[in-house]
Amino acid sequence: MPVTADPVLDRAYDVSPRVAIRPESFGALLYHFGTRRLSFLKDPLLLATVRALADAPTARAACVSAGVSEAQLPAYARALNTLITTDMLRERP
Amino acid sequence: MTTVSKPKPLVEHFEAGLDAPICLTWELTYACNLACSHCLSSSGRRDPRELSTAECEGVIDELQRMQVFYVNIGGGEPTVRSDFWHLLDYATSRDVGVKFSTNGIKIDAEAARRIAANSYIDVQVSLDGATPDVNDAVRGLGSYATAEKALQHLHDAGVSPKLSVVCTRQNIGQLDAFKALADRFGAQLRLTRLRPSGRGADVWDELHPTQAQQRELYDWLVAHGEGVLTGDSFFHLAAYGDALPGLNLCGAGRVVCLIDPVGDVFACPFAIHDQFLAGNVRDAGFQTVWQQSALFAQLREPQSGGACSGCSAYDACRGGCMAAKFFTGLPLDGPDPECVKGHGEAALAGVRAIPAASGDHSHKGGVRGMPSRGGPVPIQLLASRPCNESPVSLV
Repeated sequence: MPVTADPVLDRAYDVSPRVAIRPESFGALLYHFGTRRLSFLKDPLLLATVRALADAPTARAACVSAGVSEAQLPAYARALNTLITTDMLRERP
Repeated sequence: MTTVSKPKPLVEHFEAGLDAPICLTWELTYACNLACSHCLSSSGRRDPRELSTAECEGVIDELQRMQVFYVNIGGGEPTVRSDFWHLLDYATSRDVGVKFSTNGIKIDAEAARRIAANSYIDVQVSLDGATPDVNDAVRGLGSYATAEKALQHLHDAGVSPKLSVVCTRQNIGQLDAFKALADRFGAQLRLTRLRPSGRGADVWDELHPTQAQQRELYDWLVAHGEGVLTGDSFFHLAAYGDALPGLNLCGAGRVVCLIDPVGDVFACPFAIHDQFLAGNVRDAGFQTVWQQSALFAQLREPQSGGACSGCSAYDACRGGCMAAKFFTGLPLDGPDPECVKGHGEAALAGVRAIPAASGDHSHKGGVRGMPSRGGPVPIQLLASRPCNESPVSLV
């Protein structure tokens, strides 16, 4: 199986400082106190991925440690992208 | 080959209720300097049983523990409480954001600067006409000028407020003018639905939009997209076609609720009536009411479409607003009184019993420019409070 090539996966991210996470049975609610935007993570695996970002050198490593399979990676890269464009996640230099 | 089980749609999780509300409305006082003809909470006079400062702090502590990200504070006029600014600071320093609704009476230059200095506060100024004549007929003489002055102070202080409008038969023709007014003050326009709740029951027949106006409103909202907020108010209009931005479901007792000034917890801001009373925060706290009330458990059960189940639009509108049905005397499992297919009109024409109000804090003697309750009704209406703020993004 080809390795998913999405530049997002090779960078490191943190949850934005003004974002709060509330775990739910379906995944989580994310609220950004700056933009007032509410987002829903519709999948517990995505929540695990987001939580793993802080200690992972790359988003790909966070996905792997959360248990995301290679086949699922493109979908998770897209989800992370959405979180990045809404400032829920920020790139860590 | 792997079988992937499809997760339950998010809306079904919401309909079954969450362990904590997504947001809630909290009316801090029944006291109000105005006497809007359509007031949802029949406000006017302060209730001597209103929660004390310490009790309010206790509620905020619970909201923080439950991770309720923000509360919509209203009233009455919440800013007339002497501890209003203290409670705002108390909440926002505990990660509970505040959006408060006001008629602007206390928003002077100093208050505007105070709001500007706290990035966890949003302010909504209520105005129900884009011109003084239309607004003041409903909200009282001079209320347009008060709101305009407040908007100017907020604008001068660098705050981007929301201009909150209850849509009525008298102001649907002013949608573009409202937008222009909001733009003038750097404000975001927020349109909400008139509910026949509180004093709104007295004036709903004269004030609620006609079918043609509902269509006009829907088209206008679709054209303006996420740039105009609706607090998920108009999900019954989804039956016209595309859903409007928002969750598009009745969140009452499932993802939203109301705490009233004396600590009573109701299913939603539009349902201040004994029938929708879940409990009181003074008894065992808010969390216990939210998680254990029999009423909320019942609201979280799967609902049948009743008389609407055969309708092609049921999946879109879900039968509309529970409170609108209740206060117009319609069955809760039938069509919304403003059903866009016209089924509400037929139901309203039939035999129905309007429920008696179960609480009234209206001014007894009336207020300048407004009749007292039970007096003559000119044109009239209130400030509805929102919950699920759009835009909601689904990831």
